[in-house]
Amino acid sequence: MTPAVSIRGAQKRFGAVHALRGVDLDIEQGEFFALLGPNGAGKTTLISLLAGLTRPDGGSLQVLGHDVVKDYRQARRMLGVVPQELVFDPFFTAREMLQIQSGYFGLRHNDAWIDELLQRLHLSDKANANMRALSGGMKRRVLVAQALVHKPPVIVLDEPTAGVDVELRQVLWAFIRELNSQGHTILLTTHYLEEAESLCKRVAMLKQGQIVALDTTDNLLARFHAKRLHVTLEGESLPQALRALVLSQDKNKFVLNLSDYFALEPVTQELRKAGANVLEMELVQPDLEEVFVTIMRDQ
Amino acid sequence: MTPAQTAKQQTVFPVNSEQKPVSGFYTLLYKEMLRFWKVSFQTVFAPLLTTLLYLLIFSHVMTGKVEMFPGVPYANFLIPGLMMMAMLQNAFANTSSSLTQSKITGNIVFVLLPPLSHWEIFAAYVAAAIVRGLAVGFGIWLITMWFYPTPMQHPFWILAFALCGTAFAGALGVIAGIWADKFDQMAAFQNFIITPLTFLAGVFYSIHSLPAFWQKLSHLNPFFYMIDGFRYGFFGHSDVTPWASLAFVAVSALALSFLAVELLRRGYKLRH
Repeated sequence: MTPAVSIRGAQKRFGAVHALRGVDLDIEQGEFFALLGPNGAGKTTLISLLAGLTRPDGGSLQVLGHDVVKDYRQARRMLGVVPQELVFDPFFTAREMLQIQSGYFGLRHNDAWIDELLQRLHLSDKANANMRALSGGMKRRVLVAQALVHKPPVIVLDEPTAGVDVELRQVLWAFIRELNSQGHTILLTTHYLEEAESLCKRVAMLKQGQIVALDTTDNLLARFHAKRLHVTLEGESLPQALRALVLSQDKNKFVLNLSDYFALEPVTQELRKAGANVLEMELVQPDLEEVFVTIMRDQ
Repeated sequence: MTPAQTAKQQTVFPVNSEQKPVSGFYTLLYKEMLRFWKVSFQTVFAPLLTTLLYLLIFSHVMTGKVEMFPGVPYANFLIPGLMMMAMLQNAFANTSSSLTQSKITGNIVFVLLPPLSHWEIFAAYVAAAIVRGLAVGFGIWLITMWFYPTPMQHPFWILAFALCGTAFAGALGVIAGIWADKFDQMAAFQNFIITPLTFLAGVFYSIHSLPAFWQKLSHLNPFFYMIDGFRYGFFGHSDVTPWASLAFVAVSALALSFLAVELLRRGYKLRH
């Protein structure tokens, strides 16, 4: 099957800055995929190349088999992009924005879908309000609706929940999950790693314009066998034998690094031997954030 | 078949299969016209008022003192020049301000993301500029009919110069809008290039009344040919033959159009 997104050796320079250093990436149709990385890693540049907002200096990018430079019309027809910046046109209402965006894609009789988008994104009562009158969260919702107005098979969300409230996130993710279940491919960039962990089946991590990790979310989490043991003692002294395991300490609260589940037993033995009074103990699995921090630190 | 496969089979995308997409040009043209019409006090009615003030003041001061064309009162001589000046300035302002504003606010992405070709983008912006220019010009002519009726002797020439002139100014506005990164750069383009060239193009005088050097210099100004040819359409008099003027204006408009389309094709200052 043709990949939803296929990127080969994508290169981009901005003056002295080498923003992308030969990125290779395939995203299959129907995937919910996360593109993660610290600020300046090249995530938005990669999305801009895909959307045709930026021209590649090298390599090729395709959307459902259509080259974004040579066959840009078809490639853009297949793509819906929610830009990171909160942009809007102050001359128009929310509904006009959607009708206009739909028309740009050549769809001039799209009112039923526009009404559904407005309703699904809780914008119906603001449909005829000027964009200037909408709150930041509402403007963000209109941006999402604009990206979906032509029902693109591939949807790119560049930090869609940055600075928006919990309610919108829930509304948005429920809708995006539904679109994904209908077969739409989702490419998400976000700094909220718990969102990426819960939504995305596969993850790529970018650092300084290169992919440093690319795997399923489960595999990435499984790569890190280490567990975190959170222990709260009555006093502030930990048995000498356990000091080497301490990752952090806040008064009488310790975080210990365990290689696996079996490493728990010697810890409890040492605590018992030392007569320590354990007030609280919790074994924590590593999350994507921890994996992300480790990979970024080690690469 | 798994539930996921079933869901994929029922999928509604791509929407292209539901209705055959048409060119996005029509929507961009509509949007550009709607944009200026929503602020028509500023974009249409304000230029009407400014032009009428020019007319009232200059006609009051000059009528009876000079005669540019035999048998044509100065106020009537002035009207086509003022019409063309307003049309050019407004056609230029429409494309340049729309593009600059979109670039600065970032909403230019709404035009850059869809499958619009550079030709479609150019044609839509310039067509909207032509519409605004013609609306302003027609409005001036209609209002001045009450004070100084100015019949049209050759409507074809009037229409030809109105279309070519506003297309020229609209294309120039596209180039300026792409080039300008800030509003003050745009204002500089308007104040130091467009306004002087229109004022010195024979709006208020016939170039035959100028010294020889300034006459020659005027012939380098494309706006002169637009105003001179446009005025021919009203009075049947001109400083240069209308065919020569039309050729000059049309070639200039085409040259600017190709330059503007090339800038759009390359994504100059738009697609980095």
